[in-house]
Amino acid sequence: MNLIQSLEQEQLKKDIVSFNPGDTVRIHVKVVEGSRERIQVFEGVVIRRKGGGIGETFTVRRVSYGVGVERTFPLHTPKIERIEVVRRGRVRRARLYYLRGLRGKAARIQDKR
Amino acid sequence: MPKGILGKKIGMTQIFTEKGLAIPITVIEAGPCVVVQKKTMETDGYQAVQIGFGEKRERLFTKPLKGHYAKNSVRPLRFLRELKVEDLEAYQIGQEIKADIFAQGEMVDIVGKSKGKGFAGGIERHGFSRGPMAHGSKYHRGSGSLGAKGPARVYKGRKMPGHLGAERVTVQNLEVIKVDADRNLLAVKGAIPGPKGGLVIVKPSTKSR
Repeated sequence: MNLIQSLEQEQLKKDIVSFNPGDTVRIHVKVVEGSRERIQVFEGVVIRRKGGGIGETFTVRRVSYGVGVERTFPLHTPKIERIEVVRRGRVRRARLYYLRGLRGKAARIQDKR
Repeated sequence: MPKGILGKKIGMTQIFTEKGLAIPITVIEAGPCVVVQKKTMETDGYQAVQIGFGEKRERLFTKPLKGHYAKNSVRPLRFLRELKVEDLEAYQIGQEIKADIFAQGEMVDIVGKSKGKGFAGGIERHGFSRGPMAHGSKYHRGSGSLGAKGPARVYKGRKMPGHLGAERVTVQNLEVIKVDADRNLLAVKGAIPGPKGGLVIVKPSTKSR
């Protein structure tokens, strides 16, 4: 293991649940409002995981009031308090960009058997 | 007091602050350096300390260089560089300089040798703009005009294609994010010149002084 990797290793979160594209997750994000800090939940479908090591990110998509919203989080950021997997979906590709063009029934993802 | 240390660029990564901000950092293996020689006003006409860093196989040192190290009873080191200092008394020959001469939050300048790019055109070397690549245009990536017809010559200093990179570059005012003296590591915010494994000199920032 090289030095950069071992430095990153120290910073990685160890308690991350395993999840993949197609899974529905609830992300508990710490939000700072003035001096107060609270937890906000963002629920949606994981449409990609990108990168590796400390720089790994994932993108969650949800449709909110008819508008598609996508948020990309660094996987190891201290701003994420907890990641909860709601449903595991069965998909056949790693990047679910095709969901952007679909709405309603067509945008459903089959549950993993 | 002016100070400095030699180091080796290890590579880049990122680090999270408590607030959750991701900061890009470059990791440098800084030191341990050894003071090899002191240059004095009387003998050399200027004041500086010569410091050495790094390992090299014994066989690769020339006899004169071995003699230089032996005279000051220091083990042979791969690189030798000088640092200008005002107060020579603060340094002794054989003294070790470690990464902890810098503290977290301090501003530093970093000197390195940039990656060589070979013979580069005006677009890559000076940021010239390109002409249209199609629609009948024949002006693609060339230099274009080199000046007016009037002087009947090209002025000195005209930006033209040529060798790019592999030169001494200083990046100023980088913040020290992390210091680890046990492992001889320094982490600074942002990018620094040169390839991984390249020699760098870390000095206190001239701007913050």
